[in-house]
Amino acid sequence: MTGVPLIAVLDYGIGNLRSAQKALEHLGAEALLTDNEETINRADALVLPGVGSFGRCISALEETGLRELTKAAAQEAAEGGRPFLGICVGLQMLHERSEETPGLEGLGVIDGEVELISGVDKLPQMQWNLLKTESHPMFEGSEQESWTYFVHSYAAPINYNTVATCVYGTEVCAAIAQNNLWATQFHPEKSGKVGLRILENFVSLAGVDL
Amino acid sequence: MKSVRIIPCLDVDNGRVVKGVNFLDLRDAGDPVELAAHYDSQGADELIFLDIAASPQAQQTMVDVVHRTAEQVFIPFTVGGGIRSLEDARRILRAGADKVSINTAAIERPELVTELAEEFGRQCVVVAVDAKRSEKDSGKFEVFSHGGRTATGLDAKNWIQEVVQRGAGEILQTSMDKDGTLDGFDLEMLRELGRECSVPLIASGGVGNLEHLVEGVTNGGADAVLAASIFHFGDHTIPEAKKHMKEAGILVRPHR
Repeated sequence: MTGVPLIAVLDYGIGNLRSAQKALEHLGAEALLTDNEETINRADALVLPGVGSFGRCISALEETGLRELTKAAAQEAAEGGRPFLGICVGLQMLHERSEETPGLEGLGVIDGEVELISGVDKLPQMQWNLLKTESHPMFEGSEQESWTYFVHSYAAPINYNTVATCVYGTEVCAAIAQNNLWATQFHPEKSGKVGLRILENFVSLAGVDL
Repeated sequence: MKSVRIIPCLDVDNGRVVKGVNFLDLRDAGDPVELAAHYDSQGADELIFLDIAASPQAQQTMVDVVHRTAEQVFIPFTVGGGIRSLEDARRILRAGADKVSINTAAIERPELVTELAEEFGRQCVVVAVDAKRSEKDSGKFEVFSHGGRTATGLDAKNWIQEVVQRGAGEILQTSMDKDGTLDGFDLEMLRELGRECSVPLIASGGVGNLEHLVEGVTNGGADAVLAASIFHFGDHTIPEAKKHMKEAGILVRPHR
């Protein structure tokens, strides 16, 4: 592949999506905020951001008609296909369900239920936290101590595909990777240089060197 | 692990930073975007823009500032001042801000807090609570609106509980008695109001030196500390503040 990678940031009407777009552009990618199926299909990689509640995000995804397409794309990435990055509630939505919105089905690409963080007196975790990382391409070139910005009250289960955790009351899942399906509970687009590096690693996964 | 955030606050009037900013290395220290980028590079954990003009015209200017900031600042930032409706909040958030802070609008119509939380998620909703020590009841604190000019009769503790219940994700707590004095936070107020606050609380008002930042956390129990003058005037830098806090045993994100 040559030239500038095209990254589609899925726009389903939720919160601040512009930060993710601008961070990717800052790294030299072409990033489009889009809900257009044709654009999504021709992108080199997809990003699914998400803020707010699990239920609100899933419903918004359904309302914009992007649910099935998103699920299929995430599944494809998990099997080694086109890269896909979920951010924050974007990570949570990949799971089967969430304690936050009982009875609502998540995308179910990753096994398990998202649960309320226990053992702390303040929620959301709204702060920078130190990652404990596995050796994974997501963190290639990162500094010894990677601090990233978190805003969440619920967390995914720690599993075989967990590649980073942090400690907040208890050990909390901070990032997941399954082949080309990457997802972060923290906000890489809001985590300064450390976060930009992670996004850069994601963009190179699309097969284009910046 | 709980880490403490250091948050510089920029007062913006029609697109320009006010309260004398004194940085020699900036091309234009009055430009909020350039100043924000400067604080980001210094290791600030978050930023707050406060629109002090807060007129409809100034709001469009603020949207432009947010737009430009989002292109080059990759840490979280909050915008406060003049946000009175879901639409106002949407414009600011769509432009690239992470949170909106409301104060007078929440006092006039508390439902706005609920509506914002439902629409954008509670992590987006900061309620700023300006409070003064009550003259009648010692140990009580009264909420003020309109930039601290108007007494509301609301008890600060009750008010914080109400807005948290309605969906505030964070409280920005300013002591009107201490604001601008440079003699430290109102620690008693912080302790009293923070005690039953289940969401993060940012302490504001009165910081004049680095030890004040430490006290706000160790003695006041704050989750984050906001300061303006000590950073803007160049008395202290963010790395100095972090070093000082770390030496006092407080966990902060290290400056690279």
